[in-house]
Amino acid sequence: MSAAARIVLVLVLVAFPLIGGDFYINLASQIFIAALFATSLNLLVGYGGLVSLGHAAWIGLAAYTSAWLYLHLGLRHWITAPLALVNTTLIAGLFGWIALRATGLGFLMITLALSQVLWGTAYRWAAVTNGDNGLSGLTRPAPFGISLDGPAAFYYFSLTVTIVAVWMMARLVNSPFGAALRGSRDESRRMSALGHNVWLVRWLTFVYSGFWGAVAGLLFVYYHKYIHPTALSLTSSAEVLLGVIAGGAGTIAGPIVGAAIVLILKNYVSAYLDRWNMLLGAVFVVIVIFMPDGIVPGIRRWSARLRKT
Amino acid sequence: MQFWIVQSLNSLALGGLLFLLATGFSLIFGLMRIANLTHGALFMLGAYVGVTTLKFVPNLWLAALIAGLLVALFGGLLERSILRRLAGNALGQVLVTLGVSFIVADFCLIVWGGDPIPIAAPTSLQRPIVVGNIAFPAYRLVVLGIAIITAIALHLLMERTRLGAMIRAGVDDMQMARAVGVPVSRLFTTVFCLGAALAGAGGVIAGPIMSAYPGLDADMLPLALIVVILGGVGSLLGAFVGSFVIAIIYTFGSALLPDLAYVILFLPMIVVIAFRPRGLFGRRST
Repeated sequence: MSAAARIVLVLVLVAFPLIGGDFYINLASQIFIAALFATSLNLLVGYGGLVSLGHAAWIGLAAYTSAWLYLHLGLRHWITAPLALVNTTLIAGLFGWIALRATGLGFLMITLALSQVLWGTAYRWAAVTNGDNGLSGLTRPAPFGISLDGPAAFYYFSLTVTIVAVWMMARLVNSPFGAALRGSRDESRRMSALGHNVWLVRWLTFVYSGFWGAVAGLLFVYYHKYIHPTALSLTSSAEVLLGVIAGGAGTIAGPIVGAAIVLILKNYVSAYLDRWNMLLGAVFVVIVIFMPDGIVPGIRRWSARLRKT
Repeated sequence: MQFWIVQSLNSLALGGLLFLLATGFSLIFGLMRIANLTHGALFMLGAYVGVTTLKFVPNLWLAALIAGLLVALFGGLLERSILRRLAGNALGQVLVTLGVSFIVADFCLIVWGGDPIPIAAPTSLQRPIVVGNIAFPAYRLVVLGIAIITAIALHLLMERTRLGAMIRAGVDDMQMARAVGVPVSRLFTTVFCLGAALAGAGGVIAGPIMSAYPGLDADMLPLALIVVILGGVGSLLGAFVGSFVIAIIYTFGSALLPDLAYVILFLPMIVVIAFRPRGLFGRRST
Protein backbone atom coordinates (compact mmCIF):
# COMPACT_ATOMS: atom_id res chain seq x y z
CA MET A 1 0.00 0.00 0.00
CA SER A 2 1.42 3.43 -0.89
CA ALA A 3 1.92 6.12 1.75
CA ALA A 4 -0.89 8.22 0.33
CA ALA A 5 -3.33 5.33 0.46
CA ARG A 6 -2.37 4.70 4.08
CA ILE A 7 -3.03 8.29 5.06
CA VAL A 8 -6.40 8.22 3.34
CA LEU A 9 -7.27 4.96 5.10
CA VAL A 10 -6.36 6.35 8.52
CA LEU A 11 -8.33 9.54 7.86
CA VAL A 12 -11.37 7.56 6.79
CA LEU A 13 -11.17 5.32 9.86
CA VAL A 14 -10.79 8.28 12.22
CA ALA A 15 -13.53 10.33 10.59
CA PHE A 16 -15.99 7.46 10.19
CA PRO A 17 -17.88 7.89 13.51
CA LEU A 18 -18.48 11.55 12.62
CA ILE A 19 -20.34 10.56 9.46
CA GLY A 20 -21.76 7.10 10.01
CA GLY A 21 -24.90 6.24 12.00
CA ASP A 22 -24.80 4.21 15.24
CA PHE A 23 -25.61 0.99 13.43
CA TYR A 24 -22.62 1.32 11.13
CA ILE A 25 -20.30 2.48 13.91
CA ASN A 26 -21.18 -0.64 15.91
CA LEU A 27 -20.78 -2.82 12.83
CA ALA A 28 -17.33 -1.32 12.30
CA SER A 29 -16.37 -2.07 15.91
CA GLN A 30 -17.38 -5.68 15.40
CA ILE A 31 -15.35 -5.80 12.22
CA PHE A 32 -12.28 -4.59 14.11
CA ILE A 33 -12.72 -7.34 16.69
CA ALA A 34 -13.21 -9.97 13.99
CA ALA A 35 -10.17 -8.66 12.09
CA LEU A 36 -7.96 -8.81 15.17
CA PHE A 37 -9.20 -12.32 15.91
CA ALA A 38 -8.64 -13.52 12.33
CA THR A 39 -5.16 -11.97 12.27
CA SER A 40 -4.22 -13.93 15.38
CA LEU A 41 -5.39 -17.17 13.75
CA ASN A 42 -3.51 -16.25 10.58
CA LEU A 43 -0.21 -16.48 12.48
CA LEU A 44 -0.83 -20.21 12.77
CA VAL A 45 -2.67 -20.88 9.52
CA GLY A 46 -0.88 -18.57 7.14
CA TYR A 47 2.65 -18.33 8.49
CA GLY A 48 2.95 -21.54 10.48
CA GLY A 49 0.99 -23.84 8.15
CA LEU A 50 -0.91 -25.08 11.20
CA VAL A 51 -4.64 -25.04 10.58
CA SER A 52 -6.47 -24.76 13.86
CA LEU A 53 -10.20 -25.44 14.08
CA GLY A 54 -10.34 -24.47 17.73
CA HIS A 55 -9.48 -20.81 17.72
CA ALA A 56 -12.83 -19.89 19.27
CA ALA A 57 -11.40 -21.32 22.49
CA TRP A 58 -9.42 -18.11 23.07
CA ILE A 59 -12.27 -15.71 22.55
CA GLY A 60 -14.46 -17.84 24.79
CA LEU A 61 -11.93 -18.46 27.54
CA ALA A 62 -10.90 -14.82 27.83
CA ALA A 63 -14.50 -13.64 27.75
CA TYR A 64 -15.69 -16.17 30.32
CA THR A 65 -12.74 -15.57 32.64
CA SER A 66 -13.19 -11.83 32.57
CA ALA A 67 -16.97 -12.12 33.02
CA TRP A 68 -16.72 -14.63 35.85
CA LEU A 69 -14.14 -12.63 37.78
CA TYR A 70 -16.27 -9.54 37.41
CA LEU A 71 -19.56 -11.16 38.41
CA HIS A 72 -18.46 -13.61 41.11
CA LEU A 73 -15.50 -11.92 42.70
CA GLY A 74 -16.53 -8.37 41.94
CA LEU A 75 -13.10 -7.50 40.59
CA ARG A 76 -12.61 -4.33 38.61
CA HIS A 77 -11.79 -4.34 34.91
CA TRP A 78 -8.17 -3.31 35.31
CA ILE A 79 -7.63 -6.56 37.28
CA THR A 80 -9.93 -8.88 35.34
CA ALA A 81 -8.43 -8.01 31.96
CA PRO A 82 -4.82 -9.03 32.76
CA LEU A 83 -6.01 -12.08 34.71
CA ALA A 84 -8.15 -13.19 31.76
CA LEU A 85 -5.21 -12.72 29.41
CA VAL A 86 -2.85 -14.64 31.68
CA ASN A 87 -5.32 -17.47 32.23
CA THR A 88 -6.07 -17.82 28.53
CA THR A 89 -2.41 -17.65 27.56
CA LEU A 90 -1.51 -20.35 30.09
CA ILE A 91 -4.22 -22.63 28.71
CA ALA A 92 -2.97 -21.82 25.22
CA GLY A 93 0.42 -23.04 26.39
CA LEU A 94 -1.11 -26.31 27.57
CA PHE A 95 -3.28 -26.79 24.47
CA GLY A 96 -0.36 -25.95 22.23
CA TRP A 97 1.79 -28.52 23.97
CA ILE A 98 -0.86 -31.18 23.34
CA ALA A 99 -1.88 -30.18 19.82
CA LEU A 100 1.67 -29.78 18.56
CA ARG A 101 2.43 -33.41 19.19
CA ALA A 102 0.95 -33.60 15.69
CA THR A 103 0.95 -31.39 12.63
CA GLY A 104 -1.34 -31.22 9.61
CA LEU A 105 -4.68 -32.97 9.97
CA GLY A 106 -3.79 -34.37 13.38
CA PHE A 107 -3.22 -30.84 14.67
CA LEU A 108 -6.54 -29.76 13.19
CA MET A 109 -8.41 -32.65 14.81
CA ILE A 110 -6.83 -32.13 18.22
CA THR A 111 -7.52 -28.39 18.26
CA LEU A 112 -11.09 -29.12 17.22
CA ALA A 113 -11.53 -31.75 19.95
CA LEU A 114 -10.00 -29.51 22.62
CA SER A 115 -12.17 -26.54 21.79
CA GLN A 116 -15.26 -28.76 21.67
CA VAL A 117 -14.39 -29.95 25.16
CA LEU A 118 -14.44 -26.32 26.30
CA TRP A 119 -17.69 -25.72 24.45
CA GLY A 120 -19.36 -28.71 26.12
CA THR A 121 -18.05 -27.59 29.48
CA ALA A 122 -19.39 -24.07 28.98
CA TYR A 123 -22.84 -25.58 28.44
CA ARG A 124 -22.70 -27.96 31.37
CA TRP A 125 -20.73 -26.29 34.11
CA ALA A 126 -23.65 -24.06 34.99
CA ALA A 127 -22.22 -23.09 38.38
CA VAL A 128 -19.50 -21.14 36.62
CA THR A 129 -20.83 -20.37 33.17
CA ASN A 130 -24.58 -20.20 33.87
CA GLY A 131 -25.00 -22.80 31.10
CA ASP A 132 -27.25 -22.03 28.18
CA ASN A 133 -28.33 -18.70 29.68
CA GLY A 134 -24.85 -17.28 29.39
CA LEU A 135 -23.36 -14.64 31.62
CA SER A 136 -25.03 -11.25 31.45
CA GLY A 137 -25.00 -8.07 33.50
CA LEU A 138 -21.49 -7.16 32.39
CA THR A 139 -20.13 -3.67 31.85
CA ARG A 140 -17.53 -2.04 29.65
CA PRO A 141 -14.36 -0.74 31.25
CA ALA A 142 -13.62 2.98 31.45
CA PRO A 143 -9.90 3.37 30.76
CA PHE A 144 -8.52 6.65 32.13
CA GLY A 145 -12.03 7.53 33.18
CA ILE A 146 -13.37 7.61 29.62
CA SER A 147 -16.66 5.75 29.37
CA LEU A 148 -16.83 3.31 26.45
CA ASP A 149 -20.59 2.95 26.52
CA GLY A 150 -21.22 5.12 23.47
CA PRO A 151 -20.75 3.56 20.02
CA ALA A 152 -18.13 6.11 18.94
CA ALA A 153 -16.05 5.75 22.11
CA PHE A 154 -16.00 1.98 21.77
CA TYR A 155 -15.21 2.36 18.07
CA TYR A 156 -12.03 4.32 18.81
CA PHE A 157 -11.10 1.96 21.63
CA SER A 158 -11.42 -1.21 19.52
CA LEU A 159 -9.76 0.51 16.55
CA THR A 160 -6.75 1.45 18.69
CA VAL A 161 -6.42 -2.01 20.20
CA THR A 162 -6.78 -3.66 16.81
CA ILE A 163 -4.17 -1.44 15.15
CA VAL A 164 -1.69 -2.06 17.97
CA ALA A 165 -2.38 -5.79 17.89
CA VAL A 166 -2.08 -6.14 14.11
CA TRP A 167 1.09 -4.07 14.19
CA MET A 168 2.56 -6.32 16.90
CA MET A 169 1.67 -9.45 14.95
CA ALA A 170 3.03 -8.01 11.69
CA ARG A 171 6.26 -7.26 13.53
CA LEU A 172 6.52 -10.86 14.62
CA VAL A 173 5.93 -12.06 11.08
CA ASN A 174 8.60 -9.75 9.66
CA SER A 175 11.16 -10.54 12.35
CA PRO A 176 13.81 -13.28 12.14
CA PHE A 177 11.45 -15.34 14.28
CA GLY A 178 8.78 -14.91 11.59
CA ALA A 179 11.25 -16.09 8.98
CA ALA A 180 11.95 -19.17 11.09
CA LEU A 181 8.22 -19.73 11.40
CA ARG A 182 7.71 -19.58 7.64
CA GLY A 183 10.70 -21.85 7.26
CA SER A 184 9.14 -24.38 9.61
CA ARG A 185 5.99 -24.25 7.48
CA ASP A 186 7.75 -24.80 4.16
CA GLU A 187 10.75 -26.93 5.03
CA SER A 188 10.50 -28.17 8.58
CA ARG A 189 13.22 -30.79 8.14
CA ARG A 190 15.73 -28.37 6.73
CA MET A 191 14.96 -25.92 9.50
CA SER A 192 15.72 -28.64 12.04
CA ALA A 193 18.92 -29.45 10.20
CA LEU A 194 19.88 -25.76 10.34
CA GLY A 195 19.59 -25.94 14.10
CA HIS A 196 16.19 -24.35 14.62
CA ASN A 197 13.94 -25.86 17.23
CA VAL A 198 10.91 -26.19 14.99
CA TRP A 199 8.67 -27.40 17.79
CA LEU A 200 9.53 -24.43 19.97
CA VAL A 201 8.96 -21.97 17.13
CA ARG A 202 5.52 -23.47 16.57
CA TRP A 203 4.66 -23.58 20.23
CA LEU A 204 5.65 -19.96 20.83
CA THR A 205 3.56 -18.95 17.83
CA PHE A 206 0.63 -20.93 19.17
CA VAL A 207 0.87 -19.16 22.53
CA TYR A 208 1.32 -15.74 20.93
CA SER A 209 -1.65 -16.39 18.70
CA GLY A 210 -3.68 -17.50 21.72
CA PHE A 211 -2.73 -14.32 23.56
CA TRP A 212 -4.02 -12.06 20.78
CA GLY A 213 -7.07 -14.28 20.45
CA ALA A 214 -7.67 -13.55 24.14
CA VAL A 215 -7.35 -9.82 23.49
CA ALA A 216 -10.03 -10.21 20.83
CA GLY A 217 -12.08 -12.13 23.42
CA LEU A 218 -11.91 -9.22 25.84
CA LEU A 219 -13.04 -6.78 23.17
CA PHE A 220 -15.78 -9.25 22.25
CA VAL A 221 -17.17 -9.47 25.77
CA TYR A 222 -16.86 -5.70 26.31
CA TYR A 223 -18.75 -5.06 23.11
CA HIS A 224 -21.60 -7.50 23.77
CA LYS A 225 -21.60 -7.21 27.58
CA TYR A 226 -22.73 -10.83 27.43
CA ILE A 227 -21.14 -14.21 26.76
CA HIS A 228 -22.82 -17.44 25.66
CA PRO A 229 -21.40 -20.92 24.89
CA THR A 230 -21.97 -20.38 21.15
CA ALA A 231 -18.88 -18.13 21.22
CA LEU A 232 -16.93 -21.37 21.75
CA SER A 233 -18.79 -23.44 19.16
CA LEU A 234 -17.38 -25.05 16.07
CA THR A 235 -19.36 -22.54 14.00
CA SER A 236 -17.47 -19.75 15.68
CA SER A 237 -14.08 -21.39 15.00
CA ALA A 238 -15.17 -22.07 11.43
CA GLU A 239 -16.22 -18.45 10.85
CA VAL A 240 -12.84 -17.05 11.78
CA LEU A 241 -11.02 -19.72 9.79
CA LEU A 242 -13.20 -18.92 6.79
CA GLY A 243 -12.28 -15.25 7.17
CA VAL A 244 -8.58 -16.10 7.12
CA ILE A 245 -8.81 -18.43 4.14
CA ALA A 246 -11.28 -16.36 2.14
CA GLY A 247 -9.21 -13.23 2.59
CA GLY A 248 -5.90 -14.92 1.95
CA ALA A 249 -3.88 -16.79 4.56
CA GLY A 250 -0.29 -15.68 4.96
CA THR A 251 -0.91 -12.02 4.15
CA ILE A 252 -1.53 -9.25 6.66
CA ALA A 253 -4.41 -7.64 4.76
CA GLY A 254 -6.13 -10.90 3.75
CA PRO A 255 -7.61 -12.01 7.07
CA ILE A 256 -8.75 -8.45 7.82
CA VAL A 257 -10.64 -8.26 4.53
CA GLY A 258 -11.93 -11.82 4.92
CA ALA A 259 -13.13 -11.31 8.48
CA ALA A 260 -14.91 -8.12 7.45
CA ILE A 261 -16.67 -9.89 4.61
CA VAL A 262 -17.74 -12.82 6.78
CA LEU A 263 -19.03 -10.49 9.49
CA ILE A 264 -20.95 -8.25 7.11
CA LEU A 265 -22.41 -11.27 5.36
CA LYS A 266 -23.44 -12.78 8.69
CA ASN A 267 -25.06 -9.54 9.84
CA TYR A 268 -27.06 -9.06 6.69
CA VAL A 269 -28.10 -12.67 6.31
CA SER A 270 -29.14 -12.97 9.94
CA ALA A 271 -31.24 -9.84 9.56
CA TYR A 272 -33.29 -11.26 6.72
CA LEU A 273 -33.32 -15.01 7.12
CA ASP A 274 -32.30 -17.64 9.60
CA ARG A 275 -30.03 -19.63 7.34
CA TRP A 276 -26.56 -18.43 8.31
CA ASN A 277 -25.15 -21.91 8.89
CA MET A 278 -26.15 -23.12 5.46
CA LEU A 279 -24.67 -20.06 3.79
CA LEU A 280 -21.49 -20.35 5.86
CA GLY A 281 -21.13 -23.96 4.70
CA ALA A 282 -21.81 -23.07 1.08
CA VAL A 283 -19.30 -20.20 1.12
CA PHE A 284 -16.72 -22.57 2.56
CA VAL A 285 -17.23 -25.06 -0.26
CA VAL A 286 -17.16 -22.38 -2.95
CA ILE A 287 -14.06 -20.63 -1.60
CA VAL A 288 -12.11 -23.86 -1.23
CA ILE A 289 -12.95 -25.07 -4.71
CA PHE A 290 -12.81 -21.85 -6.70
CA MET A 291 -10.65 -19.46 -4.74
CA PRO A 292 -8.24 -21.48 -2.61
CA ASP A 293 -5.69 -18.63 -2.40
CA GLY A 294 -8.16 -16.12 -1.06
CA ILE A 295 -9.32 -12.72 -2.18
CA VAL A 296 -6.30 -10.52 -1.44
CA PRO A 297 -3.73 -12.67 -3.29
CA GLY A 298 -6.28 -13.00 -6.09
CA ILE A 299 -6.62 -9.24 -6.42
CA ARG A 300 -2.84 -8.81 -6.23
CA ARG A 301 -2.28 -11.26 -9.05
CA TRP A 302 -4.98 -9.57 -11.05
CA SER A 303 -3.54 -6.05 -10.58
CA ALA A 304 -0.02 -7.30 -11.34
CA ARG A 305 -1.32 -8.67 -14.62
CA LEU A 306 -2.98 -5.34 -15.40
CA ARG A 307 0.24 -3.46 -14.70
CA LYS A 308 2.17 -5.70 -17.08
CA THR A 309 -0.11 -5.08 -20.03
CA MET B 1 -23.92 -51.62 43.33
CA GLN B 2 -26.96 -51.25 41.16
CA PHE B 3 -25.71 -47.81 40.03
CA TRP B 4 -22.38 -49.25 38.91
CA ILE B 5 -23.93 -52.15 37.00
CA VAL B 6 -26.53 -50.02 35.23
CA GLN B 7 -24.02 -47.32 34.35
CA SER B 8 -21.56 -49.92 33.10
CA LEU B 9 -24.21 -51.37 30.82
CA ASN B 10 -25.13 -47.86 29.67
CA SER B 11 -21.54 -47.11 28.80
CA LEU B 12 -21.29 -50.35 26.83
CA ALA B 13 -24.31 -49.30 24.76
CA LEU B 14 -22.83 -45.85 24.15
CA GLY B 15 -19.52 -47.47 23.29
CA GLY B 16 -21.28 -49.56 20.66
CA LEU B 17 -22.79 -46.46 19.08
CA LEU B 18 -19.49 -44.61 19.17
CA PHE B 19 -17.84 -47.55 17.48
CA LEU B 20 -20.33 -47.44 14.60
CA LEU B 21 -19.52 -43.76 14.15
CA ALA B 22 -15.78 -43.72 14.81
CA THR B 23 -14.76 -46.79 12.86
CA GLY B 24 -15.94 -45.25 9.59
CA PHE B 25 -14.19 -41.99 10.38
CA SER B 26 -11.01 -43.87 11.23
CA LEU B 27 -11.08 -46.00 8.08
CA ILE B 28 -11.68 -43.01 5.83
CA PHE B 29 -8.94 -41.05 7.53
CA GLY B 30 -6.54 -43.97 7.51
CA LEU B 31 -7.00 -44.79 3.87
CA MET B 32 -7.80 -41.50 2.19
CA ARG B 33 -6.16 -39.00 4.57
CA ILE B 34 -9.45 -37.15 4.73
CA ALA B 35 -10.55 -35.97 8.16
CA ASN B 36 -14.22 -36.26 7.30
CA LEU B 37 -15.84 -33.64 9.50
CA THR B 38 -19.20 -34.43 7.87
CA HIS B 39 -19.27 -37.66 9.83
CA GLY B 40 -21.25 -36.28 12.77
CA ALA B 41 -23.71 -34.71 10.36
CA LEU B 42 -24.08 -38.03 8.50
CA PHE B 43 -24.91 -39.67 11.83
CA MET B 44 -27.60 -37.06 12.46
CA LEU B 45 -28.87 -37.25 8.88
CA GLY B 46 -29.19 -41.02 9.33
CA ALA B 47 -31.24 -40.55 12.49
CA TYR B 48 -33.62 -38.11 10.75
CA VAL B 49 -33.95 -40.25 7.63
CA GLY B 50 -34.78 -43.08 10.04
CA VAL B 51 -37.54 -40.96 11.58
CA THR B 52 -39.15 -40.47 8.18
CA THR B 53 -38.59 -44.04 7.03
CA LEU B 54 -40.26 -45.37 10.20
CA LYS B 55 -43.46 -43.63 9.14
CA PHE B 56 -43.65 -45.96 6.13
CA VAL B 57 -41.79 -49.05 7.34
CA PRO B 58 -42.59 -49.87 10.95
CA ASN B 59 -39.38 -51.77 11.55
CA LEU B 60 -36.34 -50.15 13.14
CA TRP B 61 -33.77 -52.52 11.61
CA LEU B 62 -35.16 -52.06 8.13
CA ALA B 63 -35.20 -48.29 8.69
CA ALA B 64 -31.55 -48.44 9.79
CA LEU B 65 -30.69 -50.37 6.65
CA ILE B 66 -32.52 -47.90 4.39
CA ALA B 67 -31.03 -44.89 6.15
CA GLY B 68 -27.60 -46.48 5.91
CA LEU B 69 -28.01 -46.96 2.16
CA LEU B 70 -29.30 -43.45 1.56
CA VAL B 71 -26.55 -41.86 3.63
CA ALA B 72 -24.00 -44.04 1.83
CA LEU B 73 -25.38 -42.75 -1.47
CA PHE B 74 -25.00 -39.19 -0.24
CA GLY B 75 -21.47 -39.94 0.95
CA GLY B 76 -20.58 -41.45 -2.41
CA LEU B 77 -21.88 -38.37 -4.22
CA LEU B 78 -19.90 -36.11 -1.91
CA GLU B 79 -16.74 -38.11 -2.48
CA ARG B 80 -17.12 -38.37 -6.23
CA SER B 81 -18.32 -34.88 -7.01
CA ILE B 82 -16.41 -32.69 -4.55
CA LEU B 83 -13.66 -34.43 -2.61
CA ARG B 84 -12.30 -36.03 -5.76
CA ARG B 85 -11.73 -32.60 -7.28
CA LEU B 86 -9.51 -31.72 -4.36
CA ALA B 87 -7.37 -34.86 -4.41
CA GLY B 88 -4.03 -34.24 -2.75
CA ASN B 89 -5.26 -31.09 -1.05
CA ALA B 90 -5.88 -32.46 2.45
CA LEU B 91 -6.66 -29.06 3.91
CA GLY B 92 -9.14 -28.20 1.19
CA GLN B 93 -10.88 -31.51 1.69
CA VAL B 94 -11.27 -31.12 5.42
CA LEU B 95 -12.63 -27.59 4.98
CA VAL B 96 -15.12 -28.79 2.38
CA THR B 97 -16.36 -31.56 4.66
CA LEU B 98 -16.75 -28.94 7.39
CA GLY B 99 -18.77 -26.75 5.03
CA VAL B 100 -20.94 -29.67 3.95
CA SER B 101 -21.57 -30.60 7.58
CA PHE B 102 -22.99 -27.12 8.21
CA ILE B 103 -25.18 -27.43 5.12
CA VAL B 104 -26.45 -30.87 6.13
CA ALA B 105 -27.14 -29.75 9.71
CA ASP B 106 -29.10 -26.72 8.53
CA PHE B 107 -30.95 -28.85 5.98
CA CYS B 108 -32.05 -31.21 8.78
CA LEU B 109 -33.21 -28.21 10.79
CA ILE B 110 -35.34 -26.98 7.86
CA VAL B 111 -36.87 -30.36 7.07
CA TRP B 112 -37.38 -31.87 10.52
CA GLY B 113 -37.65 -28.78 12.70
CA GLY B 114 -35.97 -27.83 15.93
CA ASP B 115 -37.70 -30.15 18.42
CA PRO B 116 -36.15 -33.50 19.36
CA ILE B 117 -37.95 -36.39 17.68
CA PRO B 118 -37.97 -39.62 19.70
CA ILE B 119 -37.52 -42.94 17.94
CA ALA B 120 -39.22 -45.94 19.56
CA ALA B 121 -37.34 -49.15 20.20
CA PRO B 122 -38.84 -52.29 18.62
CA THR B 123 -41.79 -53.41 20.76
CA SER B 124 -40.22 -56.77 21.54
CA LEU B 125 -37.23 -55.00 23.07
CA GLN B 126 -39.07 -52.35 25.03
CA ARG B 127 -39.47 -54.46 28.15
CA PRO B 128 -36.48 -54.34 30.47
CA ILE B 129 -34.43 -57.37 31.30
CA VAL B 130 -34.64 -58.09 35.01
CA VAL B 131 -31.85 -59.95 36.76
CA GLY B 132 -32.25 -60.07 40.53
CA ASN B 133 -33.24 -56.54 41.48
CA ILE B 134 -31.63 -54.87 38.50
CA ALA B 135 -33.76 -53.87 35.54
CA PHE B 136 -32.04 -52.87 32.35
CA PRO B 137 -33.45 -51.84 28.96
CA ALA B 138 -33.03 -54.79 26.62
CA TYR B 139 -32.49 -52.51 23.64
CA ARG B 140 -29.16 -51.27 24.93
CA LEU B 141 -27.80 -54.78 25.15
CA VAL B 142 -28.90 -55.38 21.57
CA VAL B 143 -27.03 -52.23 20.52
CA LEU B 144 -23.91 -53.60 22.13
CA GLY B 145 -24.47 -56.89 20.31
CA ILE B 146 -24.84 -55.09 16.97
CA ALA B 147 -21.61 -53.21 17.54
CA ILE B 148 -19.74 -56.41 18.35
CA ILE B 149 -21.17 -58.20 15.30
CA THR B 150 -20.25 -55.20 13.13
CA ALA B 151 -16.75 -55.21 14.57
CA ILE B 152 -16.34 -58.93 13.81
CA ALA B 153 -17.75 -58.48 10.32
CA LEU B 154 -15.40 -55.57 9.64
CA HIS B 155 -12.50 -57.55 11.04
CA LEU B 156 -13.27 -60.45 8.71
CA LEU B 157 -13.70 -58.01 5.83
CA MET B 158 -10.34 -56.44 6.52
CA GLU B 159 -8.37 -59.60 7.22
CA ARG B 160 -9.99 -62.27 5.08
CA THR B 161 -11.18 -60.65 1.87
CA ARG B 162 -9.50 -59.23 -1.16
CA LEU B 163 -11.16 -55.86 -0.55
CA GLY B 164 -9.79 -55.81 2.97
CA ALA B 165 -6.32 -56.67 1.79
CA MET B 166 -6.47 -53.78 -0.68
CA ILE B 167 -7.65 -51.40 2.03
CA ARG B 168 -4.84 -52.48 4.35
CA ALA B 169 -2.35 -52.04 1.55
CA GLY B 170 -3.72 -48.55 0.87
CA VAL B 171 -3.54 -47.56 4.53
CA ASP B 172 0.05 -48.76 4.86
CA ASP B 173 1.52 -47.47 1.63
CA MET B 174 -0.70 -45.75 -0.86
CA GLN B 175 1.88 -45.28 -3.61
CA MET B 176 3.01 -48.87 -3.50
CA ALA B 177 -0.59 -50.11 -3.53
CA ARG B 178 -1.26 -48.01 -6.61
CA ALA B 179 1.89 -49.30 -8.26
CA VAL B 180 0.94 -52.95 -7.83
CA GLY B 181 -2.44 -52.32 -9.40
CA VAL B 182 -4.88 -51.77 -6.55
CA PRO B 183 -7.81 -49.80 -8.01
CA VAL B 184 -7.36 -47.00 -5.51
CA SER B 185 -10.00 -44.74 -7.02
CA ARG B 186 -12.80 -47.30 -6.69
CA LEU B 187 -11.47 -48.29 -3.29
CA PHE B 188 -11.79 -44.72 -2.03
CA THR B 189 -15.42 -44.46 -3.03
CA THR B 190 -16.18 -47.88 -1.53
CA VAL B 191 -14.60 -47.04 1.80
CA PHE B 192 -16.21 -43.62 1.93
CA CYS B 193 -19.64 -45.16 1.25
CA LEU B 194 -19.00 -47.86 3.84
CA GLY B 195 -18.06 -45.30 6.49
CA ALA B 196 -21.07 -43.13 5.62
CA ALA B 197 -23.38 -46.17 5.75
CA LEU B 198 -22.14 -47.13 9.21
CA ALA B 199 -22.65 -43.56 10.43
CA GLY B 200 -26.14 -43.33 8.90
CA ALA B 201 -27.31 -46.69 10.23
CA GLY B 202 -25.68 -45.85 13.56
CA GLY B 203 -27.79 -42.71 13.76
CA VAL B 204 -31.01 -44.73 13.44
CA ILE B 205 -29.83 -47.36 15.93
CA ALA B 206 -28.93 -44.56 18.34
CA GLY B 207 -32.45 -43.14 17.93
CA PRO B 208 -34.18 -45.03 20.76
CA ILE B 209 -31.38 -44.01 23.14
CA MET B 210 -30.62 -40.45 22.06
CA SER B 211 -33.53 -39.49 19.74
CA ALA B 212 -32.96 -37.21 16.76
CA TYR B 213 -32.31 -33.56 17.59
CA PRO B 214 -30.46 -30.57 16.14
CA GLY B 215 -26.97 -30.55 17.61
CA LEU B 216 -26.66 -34.33 17.64
CA ASP B 217 -23.87 -33.90 15.10
CA ALA B 218 -21.95 -31.43 17.27
CA ASP B 219 -22.37 -33.72 20.28
CA MET B 220 -21.14 -36.84 18.51
CA LEU B 221 -18.33 -35.52 16.29
CA PRO B 222 -15.97 -34.56 19.14
CA LEU B 223 -16.53 -37.93 20.79
CA ALA B 224 -15.66 -39.68 17.53
CA LEU B 225 -12.59 -37.47 17.09
CA ILE B 226 -11.38 -38.25 20.59
CA VAL B 227 -11.95 -41.97 19.98
CA VAL B 228 -9.84 -41.83 16.84
CA ILE B 229 -7.10 -39.72 18.43
CA LEU B 230 -7.05 -42.20 21.29
CA GLY B 231 -7.28 -45.41 19.33
CA GLY B 232 -5.09 -44.50 16.41
CA VAL B 233 -5.96 -43.72 12.83
CA GLY B 234 -7.02 -46.48 10.47
CA SER B 235 -7.08 -49.13 13.16
CA LEU B 236 -10.22 -51.19 13.68
CA LEU B 237 -9.06 -52.42 17.07
CA GLY B 238 -8.12 -48.87 18.03
CA ALA B 239 -11.59 -47.60 17.17
CA PHE B 240 -13.16 -50.47 19.13
CA VAL B 241 -11.08 -50.06 22.27
CA GLY B 242 -11.18 -46.25 22.05
CA SER B 243 -14.98 -46.23 21.73
CA PHE B 244 -15.52 -48.21 24.91
CA VAL B 245 -12.86 -46.35 26.87
CA ILE B 246 -14.39 -43.00 25.94
CA ALA B 247 -17.94 -44.27 26.51
CA ILE B 248 -17.07 -45.53 30.01
CA ILE B 249 -15.32 -42.28 30.93
CA TYR B 250 -18.09 -40.15 29.48
CA THR B 251 -20.95 -42.13 31.06
CA PHE B 252 -19.44 -42.29 34.52
CA GLY B 253 -18.22 -38.73 34.19
CA SER B 254 -21.73 -37.55 33.35
CA ALA B 255 -23.23 -39.53 36.23
CA LEU B 256 -20.70 -38.63 38.92
CA LEU B 257 -19.51 -35.17 37.90
CA PRO B 258 -22.13 -33.93 35.45
CA ASP B 259 -20.62 -30.45 35.29
CA LEU B 260 -17.21 -31.61 34.23
CA ALA B 261 -17.96 -34.64 32.05
CA TYR B 262 -16.31 -32.97 29.09
CA VAL B 263 -13.22 -31.98 31.01
CA ILE B 264 -12.76 -35.58 32.11
CA LEU B 265 -12.82 -36.66 28.46
CA PHE B 266 -9.80 -34.49 28.04
CA LEU B 267 -7.63 -36.49 30.42
CA PRO B 268 -7.21 -39.78 28.52
CA MET B 269 -6.54 -37.70 25.43
CA ILE B 270 -3.69 -35.82 27.08
CA VAL B 271 -2.17 -39.00 28.45
CA VAL B 272 -2.31 -40.84 25.15
CA ILE B 273 -1.09 -37.91 23.06
CA ALA B 274 1.75 -37.29 25.50
CA PHE B 275 3.04 -40.84 25.48
CA ARG B 276 1.78 -42.30 22.23
CA PRO B 277 1.07 -39.55 19.70
CA ARG B 278 0.01 -42.17 17.16
CA GLY B 279 -2.79 -43.37 19.39
CA LEU B 280 -2.95 -46.69 21.17
CA PHE B 281 -3.05 -48.85 18.06
CA GLY B 282 -2.09 -46.42 15.32
CA ARG B 283 0.43 -47.57 12.77
CA ARG B 284 1.64 -44.16 11.84
CA SER B 285 1.39 -40.66 13.12
CA THR B 286 -1.54 -38.47 12.21
